[in-house]
Amino acid sequence: MPSQSDARTEWRPRHGAYWLIILPALAMLVLLYLVPLADVLVTSVTDPKPGLDNYMLVFTSTSVQKALLTTLRIAALTTLIALLLGYVVAYAMRAAGSRRQRLMLFCVLLPFWISVLVRSFAWIALLGSRGPVNAGLMAWGLIDEPLPLVRNETGVLIGMVHVMLPYAVLTLYANMRGIDVRLVAAARSLGASRFQAFRMVFLPLTRPGLIGAGTLVFILSLGFYVTPALLGGGKVLMIAEYVAVQINDTLRWGLGTMLAATLMLSVLAALWALSRILDVKRLFGA
Amino acid sequence: MLSPVPEPLVRFVNVRKSYDGTVDAVRALNLEVARSEFLTLLGPSGSGKTTTLTMLAGFERPTEGRIFVDGEDITDVPVEKRGIGMVFQNYALFPNMTVAENIAFPLRVRGVSRGEMASRVTRALSMVRLEGFGDRRPQQLSGGQQQRVAVARALVFEPRLILLDEPLGALDRQLREQMQYELKHLHQRLDITMVYVTHDQVEAMTMSDRVAVFSSGALRQVDEPRRLYEAPASLFVARFLGESNALPATVRRHDGGSCVAALASGEMVTALMPAPCAPGSPVHLVVRPEKILLGKAAQGSPNRFAARIAEVTFLGDQTRLRLVAFGADDFIVKLANTAGQDSFTPGTEIDIGWQAEDCRALSE
Repeated sequence: MPSQSDARTEWRPRHGAYWLIILPALAMLVLLYLVPLADVLVTSVTDPKPGLDNYMLVFTSTSVQKALLTTLRIAALTTLIALLLGYVVAYAMRAAGSRRQRLMLFCVLLPFWISVLVRSFAWIALLGSRGPVNAGLMAWGLIDEPLPLVRNETGVLIGMVHVMLPYAVLTLYANMRGIDVRLVAAARSLGASRFQAFRMVFLPLTRPGLIGAGTLVFILSLGFYVTPALLGGGKVLMIAEYVAVQINDTLRWGLGTMLAATLMLSVLAALWALSRILDVKRLFGA
Repeated sequence: MLSPVPEPLVRFVNVRKSYDGTVDAVRALNLEVARSEFLTLLGPSGSGKTTTLTMLAGFERPTEGRIFVDGEDITDVPVEKRGIGMVFQNYALFPNMTVAENIAFPLRVRGVSRGEMASRVTRALSMVRLEGFGDRRPQQLSGGQQQRVAVARALVFEPRLILLDEPLGALDRQLREQMQYELKHLHQRLDITMVYVTHDQVEAMTMSDRVAVFSSGALRQVDEPRRLYEAPASLFVARFLGESNALPATVRRHDGGSCVAALASGEMVTALMPAPCAPGSPVHLVVRPEKILLGKAAQGSPNRFAARIAEVTFLGDQTRLRLVAFGADDFIVKLANTAGQDSFTPGTEIDIGWQAEDCRALSE
């Protein structure tokens, strides 16, 4: 209706006003984020001398390759475990009554309020050879020797899954809430057992959620720094820590910035690939 | 010699359902569905009709009582083992499957062979006139087409019974009327038993062999549509199906099936009384607006009263009059638009009357 759109144009403030409001935030973003980021990209092709030498290290340096592979492996395993556990939690949340649903949501969000640092030290205390987990298992006679649960890759995985689980749960839960429960009921009435209804109807419908949660967790896992550094006991070197070592200790800024740039470009490439199959904006609630 | 009484296909025996333990969603339900019958469960929302259907489908378990299908007690049989086809209100088509895959679903879970599956899906598609739509996605179809897919999917595994839960609710009026006839013809052609839930009385009248009227958890009356309309057993049924004038009155005397009752405004009315009430009991005298005789036509009738026209509404096929009578101004008369009809002017005094058999004394 023309009259309505007229009214809208009339009441819309001038664009200038909006720009003025977001200007401080924009300036901060450009000066403190985009400019340094550009600097990182430039450093990666100029230090110590101009050229792509730093990037060649990805193909030649075994220590770089080892760090990259460790990162990919741990990120992939974290994603897999977080999806499996998150799926169960999200499914239970969707099935619960509204009061219990709120309680569960609160419990899922609770870890967000505790710093990653605190959580990591807590895991070290819990999982250490004299920690309550090993002590309990030995007291029950299930094991004779303490299990190596921390200061290795297992510890890193436990810590990272713990941090990533809420992201997986929330993304999957948002997706599952959009699925009409009557579809499962319809499948049952048409002769499908509980499991068939789940496998043939519910599971396929949660595919977008699984892809979305998987991508989110994987991308976030790639850049983990504190958790692997603390729970890995110095034995599990992931890219972020590798970069930190180059920047802080060995001062090979070219190598460090190259790895940072590689990580960023891989994430962007992954997101772009994802956007070809899915509506990414809707997936992450933007 | 005893003639064999056909066993009804479905039997509800003393079924009660309570979700919270205090309020009964359905109570004291005894209902039979005959083989090949089209039975509609009709009632306002919260009347128990949908609960009755979901218990038959197997999504809810009765709190008390048993349900039999084909003589077999299915009260504790899980949904997927009941062999009952169901069509849902919002179709509930699987968005991750094509139309053909949707229809094949009940066959797939039953392990039907690929070849037979294909031929049965093709047959089901042609049954609902959707040949060539097999490869589409449900989202690409119109509401009416989606509805037909849902029907095909419920039919394809040859269930002994099909349940339909307000399947036409989401369609616009014209399409809904067309689908009503389509479902009715499908029912006649396939000779299958259908139990249909709706809150729309016209829909119920159009399609059903019999209609079961529910209100607040109780089955009020089960009968053929015409009998329900002409011979409602309660004021609720009379009011729920079509329009009626309901005049509060007190029984003075009754004999056999008829009675004389006094209106609050003093007039005496002769009426049928299906369930005898003692003199002095309050009743409602129910008379359909199209049964009222006007002017000279009213002269021969045993119930004849004076009234004044308050409002005249011309509706094309009929004229609707609102009259001031019996101390109120909401007495409705409907006149079919036939040749040589008088014209009516608001404010005119007019005689009204009706036959004793067109008026029924009903309690709540």
